[in-house]
Amino acid sequence: MANEVIFKNRDLDRLWDIEQYRSRGGYEVLTRILTEKTPPAEIIDGMKTSGLRGRGGAGFPTGLKWSFINRSAPGDKYLVCNSDEGEPGTFKDRDILRYNPHALVEGMLIASYVIDAHRAYNYIRGEFWEPYERFQNAIDQARAAGFVGNNILGSGFDCELNVHLGGGAYVCGEETALLESIEGKKGQPRYKPPFPAHVGLYGRPTVINNTETLASVPTILREGAEQFRDIGVENSGGSKLFSISGHVKNPGVFELPMGTPFSELFELAGGMRDGSKIKAVIPGGSSSPVIPGEIMMDLTMDYDAIAKAGSMLGSGAVIVMDESTCMVKVLDRMGYFYYEESCGQCTPCREGTGWLYRIVHRIENGQGRPEDIDLLMDVQNRIRGKTICALGDAAAMPVAGMLRYYQDEFQYHIDHKKCKVGAGT
Amino acid sequence: MSALETKNRNELFTPEIRAEIDHEIAKYPEAESQSAAMAALRIVQDANGGWLTQERMDEVAAYLDLPPIAIYEVATFYSMYEHKPVGRNKLCVCTNISCMINNSDQIVEHLNNRLGIKFGEVTEDGRFSLKEVECLGACGGAPMMQVGRKYYENLTPERLDSILDELE
Repeated sequence: MANEVIFKNRDLDRLWDIEQYRSRGGYEVLTRILTEKTPPAEIIDGMKTSGLRGRGGAGFPTGLKWSFINRSAPGDKYLVCNSDEGEPGTFKDRDILRYNPHALVEGMLIASYVIDAHRAYNYIRGEFWEPYERFQNAIDQARAAGFVGNNILGSGFDCELNVHLGGGAYVCGEETALLESIEGKKGQPRYKPPFPAHVGLYGRPTVINNTETLASVPTILREGAEQFRDIGVENSGGSKLFSISGHVKNPGVFELPMGTPFSELFELAGGMRDGSKIKAVIPGGSSSPVIPGEIMMDLTMDYDAIAKAGSMLGSGAVIVMDESTCMVKVLDRMGYFYYEESCGQCTPCREGTGWLYRIVHRIENGQGRPEDIDLLMDVQNRIRGKTICALGDAAAMPVAGMLRYYQDEFQYHIDHKKCKVGAGT
Repeated sequence: MSALETKNRNELFTPEIRAEIDHEIAKYPEAESQSAAMAALRIVQDANGGWLTQERMDEVAAYLDLPPIAIYEVATFYSMYEHKPVGRNKLCVCTNISCMINNSDQIVEHLNNRLGIKFGEVTEDGRFSLKEVECLGACGGAPMMQVGRKYYENLTPERLDSILDELE
């Protein structure tokens, strides 16, 4: 596919081996930067020009994030990569770790150089054993080639790179919970401010970037920031990995320019399976509000377009549902997920996710009460904006989204104690 | 705990386990060995048939020179640590959205029927246990499950049968 950045060289059969990665220019940028001692500010300017925004879901401009670190401040600084991929529907970072781990190693080393970090950690979710082994192997190969460790390529720059495996907790994808987790504690998010750029890992200045973000860095710097930016559209530079799953014929990860029409992504995924009809799409992971299929068909896949439609591009995780899907059942399952994964620290989230789940669950099971729809709206409203981290909002937003478009299904369940959709319960 | 306090670090665990934990400790700055708590629990759990007892957790605490509560907190917060015996093969089945709309219910039902156990239970011969898990980040291969360190994707009842036959 044209315009690929991370998957550009996926035609190689063993891209995860350092020889193959290097055969297409891998580690050239790192080598150039370290030999020429490129001023970090110059690299940050490049990242700003590229328009790269954080690919984990929040979309914060990467160059700006790096610029927050006071490089000359004494003491340790850290770079952390977030490979705790857990937003339901997202499975792109797993493919980066498995198929292009050296791009991530190189990106992490460049970012470490920019912020003057001598230790970098990749937090990989504990279930990702195979991706972890691929990535660890890439670190070992890079070390053997002189790219990791002390005095890298004789430049005087030292950087240790290690993996921290998670233990199964969605909330650790939140950056400050992730830092707590690396410190060997429960993954409970911290108050912000102070932001990690000032008080991060072990209380030191820290940059946390998503896997896809860091893996894009070498190509951006090698091929040019403008070129990357121009792949995408205004306010959404570059290409993006989209994980598409659900009722499509060929689910998978596709790298496409930002701003690509959803219909093209849908086409690449083979369209609907078994001649079924599209009903609804969750465009950016389960925390992003659902959008009806016919509206989705007219949207482009970039931050602004999806936001204008009332949802979020998030992690680029697209879940496509056909007409047999009961939206009450979908929200019931989502509600259970957030209830299960709430860390319990903030009352509105800890209690609210339980309320949301129990109400939707009783509607799904034919025990809904006439006041339940109002109650759901009330509860989700009382969670939003009232918690330390975004998990509360992530639990609340899909509820409002479902009721915006599919309230009739919830009402039907309550009135008739059964499902409006044939295949549901 | 008091009995452990008097124990020498070298009397805890086997030399192999100690070496593995020490390897983890070395990843972090000095004085930050608490960072190795998660890995140490994983290593000890793997060596203990896939689950943790209070004694094992206390040993991890003693080894890392941490109060036991620090270890209990971690061991009970993260879903991959087990506090009851599990089967030799822990079948972790995802039932989140992408798997659910791709019939994970049918997969769960098939496992319930074939093994005669529900989520949270172990077969009498100790060969299998069943666990419901949240999204494992393999939605393109839904429905899926994890057994040990391995992912099994695009499951069907037939495929499930051949997978189970091969698991000792």
